[in-house]
Amino acid sequence: MNRRMRRKIKNGAFLSLSLVATLTGLACLAAILFTLISNGVAGLSGHIFTQMTPPPGGQGGLLNAIYGSAMMTLLGILIGSPIGVLAGTYLAEYGRTSRLSMVIRFINDVLLSAPSIIIGLFVYEIVVVRMGHFSAIAGALALAVLAIPVTLRTTEDMLNLVPIGMKDSSAALGAYPWRTILSVLYPAARSGIVTGLLLAIARISGETAPLLFTALNNQFWSTNLNAPMANLPVVIFQFALSPYKDWQDLAWAGALLITMTILILSISARVLLALLQAEKGSGR
Amino acid sequence: MPGSTYLWQERERNSHVAIIDPRHAAKQLIFERVFRSATFLAALLVLLILGGVAVSLLRGAWPALSHFGFSFVSREVWNPVTDQFGALAPIYGTVMTSLIAMLIAVPTGFGIALFLTELCPPLLKRPIGVAVELLAAVPSIIFGIWGLFVLAPVLQRHVQPWLIRHVGDLPAIGHLFKGPPYGIGILTAGIVLAIMVLPFIAATMRDVFDTVPPMLKESGYGLGATTWEVIWNVVVPHSRVGIVGGVMLGLGRALGETMAVTFVIGNAHRISSSLIAPGTTISSSIANEFTEAVGDLYTSSLIALGLLLFLITFTVIAAAQAMLRRLERRSGVVA
Repeated sequence: MNRRMRRKIKNGAFLSLSLVATLTGLACLAAILFTLISNGVAGLSGHIFTQMTPPPGGQGGLLNAIYGSAMMTLLGILIGSPIGVLAGTYLAEYGRTSRLSMVIRFINDVLLSAPSIIIGLFVYEIVVVRMGHFSAIAGALALAVLAIPVTLRTTEDMLNLVPIGMKDSSAALGAYPWRTILSVLYPAARSGIVTGLLLAIARISGETAPLLFTALNNQFWSTNLNAPMANLPVVIFQFALSPYKDWQDLAWAGALLITMTILILSISARVLLALLQAEKGSGR
Repeated sequence: MPGSTYLWQERERNSHVAIIDPRHAAKQLIFERVFRSATFLAALLVLLILGGVAVSLLRGAWPALSHFGFSFVSREVWNPVTDQFGALAPIYGTVMTSLIAMLIAVPTGFGIALFLTELCPPLLKRPIGVAVELLAAVPSIIFGIWGLFVLAPVLQRHVQPWLIRHVGDLPAIGHLFKGPPYGIGILTAGIVLAIMVLPFIAATMRDVFDTVPPMLKESGYGLGATTWEVIWNVVVPHSRVGIVGGVMLGLGRALGETMAVTFVIGNAHRISSSLIAPGTTISSSIANEFTEAVGDLYTSSLIALGLLLFLITFTVIAAAQAMLRRLERRSGVVA
């Protein structure tokens, strides 16, 4: 076998291995989705949306958990995203090159991949311990802390994409920076910022670890923000690890529900971003 | 861009000249200051959060740390009844599961990135890329129940018996695969973690490979190199820093991952020489025991575990970010 053959074989071998790696990755996604659908659809019935989480052996649904998850995610986004957007604005417009901004940018990227359980412990220490009990508001705060880095990052990136000419035109008309940002930059970067919000919602709505010691769980219907509140991830955690068949079925149904929501959110974010890029491309 | 900032500062200073109505000008200036401070405070909050995390964890962990001293990280004992706590078993579990995850995910992620940048037909590039990224969006609890109900039984029935029979008696590595096949344990947790961090590693590596200037690759092909030779001798050396950064970013995720591991680790506070035995990790200990912990020392010990995790992941992620940043700056100069 000559040298040329050896090189060819080596080439073929490694390239096939990379194909195998890709197929493995895709197979994992397919396997997870398949399991979710085949197990989740069985438990997915009308009761899910009309009844509360049942005691073991009883019939029930996930209404209180769905409500709690929606509520805390909403609150988390309402608290977290304005902070993220404002901070992103500072980094992109006011403090673009300052030393402090470099540090903040770095810390934000670290927070972006920091373990969420640490954030849960942090909120437990500063909110739950002070208040003396678990509460939905503590859960929402933990989610807000997780939403800030995501929105900050996308806002800064999107503001940087706005053509400099638009800023200069606004300034030339005599507008102050705040006016330029609110009336020119935000509208121009709108779909990008919305994408960031969608990604943040997708990120926090499936979070379990930070809710374990902040919102805890609640077997009953509760709208009190100052009390423990049921939420899908913790219910899934509890029910899946229980020995009861009906609880496990509900856990699968909840898992399917939450994954579909998140996948739809991520896909819409991507579509939005693709549309944005297409628009940018044709504009030039 | 500095030009426009300059313009704005100039404008604020000379506002009385440009705007005729002084009351209007004053109002504008107030709005400007308020808005600017609001954005500044929001940005500062990011620093405050990190500082707050460090301080609150340190304060919560202090009773345990002062009580056990250094022995907290060097002892294996974890006994809530006698109030004796040591972090060695969770640290061992965290390191081992992450190590297994990286051993599987790094080559696979490298393969996916390579496929996406060099081999994939352009038509499939986007769908496959999106599919890999969607895998990253699946919440960790889903990986957890999938691992427990689907992966663990498969491992228990088919993979682990084979490992025990064929690898368990080998010299050197045999002890890693001894004992009954529980299905759950360090190995299973490592495999689930590998699937979880795979998309992060693949996506980062793909982005890094994309920064290699086409001219360099074409020069390689021009000299008659095969695709693999171009990848190994041109693409990889050129993006070495980025590859390491991506791997460490994945490692940071693996070390701190909680829910997926909690389902399949078995939660046993001991160090076993076998990889198929149940174990525990820092994050799964906290998740499993925190709400049930009675007694200040118990709670404080769990928070001390959290502090350890914070220090470890912060170091790893910060190093990863620093590397990726260096690469970004360099490729920015080249482009």
